[in-house]
Amino acid sequence: MNDMSMNVEAAAPVKPHIRISRVSKTFKGRKGDVHALSDIDLTIGRGEFVSVVGPSGCGKSTLLMLLSGLTPYSLGKIEVGEKLISSPNSDVGIVFQQDVLLEWRSALQNVLIQAEIRKAPLEAARERARELLKMVSLQDFENAYPKELSGGMRQRVSICRALLHKPPLLLMDEPFGALDAMTRDQLQLDLLRLCADNAMTVFFITHSISEAVFLSDRVVVMSPRPGRVERIIDIDLPRPRRLAMREDLKFTAYTRELTEIFKGLGVFREEV
Amino acid sequence: MATITEAAPPAHPLRLSLRVLGNISPAFWTLVLLVVLWELAVQINQVPVYILPAPSRVAAEIIDYWPRLMINAGVTVSEILIGFGCAIAVGVPLAVLVTYSRVAERAIYPLIVASQTIPKVAIAPLLMAWFGYGLTPKIVIVVLLSFFPIVINSVVGLKASSAEMLYLAQSMGATPWQTFWKFRLPQALPYIFAGLKLATVLAVIGAVVAEFIGADRGLGYVIVVAGSSFNIARQFAAIIVISAIGMVFFVIIELLERLVVPWKNTAVVASE
Repeated sequence: MNDMSMNVEAAAPVKPHIRISRVSKTFKGRKGDVHALSDIDLTIGRGEFVSVVGPSGCGKSTLLMLLSGLTPYSLGKIEVGEKLISSPNSDVGIVFQQDVLLEWRSALQNVLIQAEIRKAPLEAARERARELLKMVSLQDFENAYPKELSGGMRQRVSICRALLHKPPLLLMDEPFGALDAMTRDQLQLDLLRLCADNAMTVFFITHSISEAVFLSDRVVVMSPRPGRVERIIDIDLPRPRRLAMREDLKFTAYTRELTEIFKGLGVFREEV
Repeated sequence: MATITEAAPPAHPLRLSLRVLGNISPAFWTLVLLVVLWELAVQINQVPVYILPAPSRVAAEIIDYWPRLMINAGVTVSEILIGFGCAIAVGVPLAVLVTYSRVAERAIYPLIVASQTIPKVAIAPLLMAWFGYGLTPKIVIVVLLSFFPIVINSVVGLKASSAEMLYLAQSMGATPWQTFWKFRLPQALPYIFAGLKLATVLAVIGAVVAEFIGADRGLGYVIVVAGSSFNIARQFAAIIVISAIGMVFFVIIELLERLVVPWKNTAVVASE
């Protein structure tokens, strides 16, 4: 199980996977322009798990949309691999907070839509879809409709869908934000397992400081209005990560550090 | 570990319709009771047959007049079916146009909605003047009455795809064609069927009213002619046949919906 460990040095080769240089995003609003992101600089190595934490309105979801190419940026440059992002980038897997499953398709069919749209060979895809569903303990629910699945199961199907085509980059926008705490823990473990088996870079947006620390190699702290990168913290915890690690001193030191940063930003106010 | 709390019942259309029929039975007995009361009231009070015939008298009339009723029913049914078919053929593509074209949405859609304030029955005589007394004006009225709910529901359905779902399609590199067939249209189907069911009722009304105004055949015509000779029993006979047509029509659409939209009626949720 040692090959599961990913350390930052080994995963970040000379050529980074993602390079975001001086990127800004301005939305045209009715009451003038809204600066969502300002002067973002961020480099992510291949195979790295990077989380972005920040309060609502700090533009972290916008940053994810820019990376996917689904929203154009106003200024700067985003490179993913060798590609300059200027149009929708289909070399990614995306998971949103809403699972966005297609209600008219079974779990397996929902995963397979990825291959159908891409016109990939269906037989091989079906095999891989089954494998993925098995990895998240959904092998008995292949033929269930989304309506028959719980929230956690639905989100697991949507993660499998995002991974079917073995994307080099997985984008996740608060994927566990709508789940209860226990389901959330389980899905975090499922995600880590999938990451270990599928070499890929993960760009993970969350509100939860402990979730970010638990999953990531690095945590990017963003400050609101306009969103900018406040700090980047390396998480030096061994892999595979275990739930019990969350009580370790090293872990809590990270979460405390992050909490202090947000306090400094005025995100948390504690009355004395 | 994931387990299903309740076994998911197979969503077989026949089984579901049997369940619906099972629910109908109390209502059926209420109806029987009302008919019996009607019969008794007429018998006891000796109500003249030209005011209110007893149900037994109406039943006798249906049997006596059966061949003529069926010939006229055939005329009315064909008006309904052709008109309903045309309403779908016009309504659904129009909804697609309104969904995809901003220009069409702003130039056509408000007019469609505003046109609903025109009482279509009031323009029926005009249609007679333009199209004569044949099949055409009846079909036009059926279309005018039934196409509105089809258009409105289809537009709502086609727009029901969430932004995330469309982003997801884009991230898979879906063509507009794929996005329509694999995402938007299936999402819209339950809405479209809701519109179709509403439209069946209106189509029947349209055909009968059109026949009132100017026809030499059809069940509406039967009612008018029977009325002019105070043959109330025959009027009731025609009304009952019309109602039966409406019900059968509605049930056919309902069954079709269960075949085409089977995911709508599977509501058993599994838990973790």
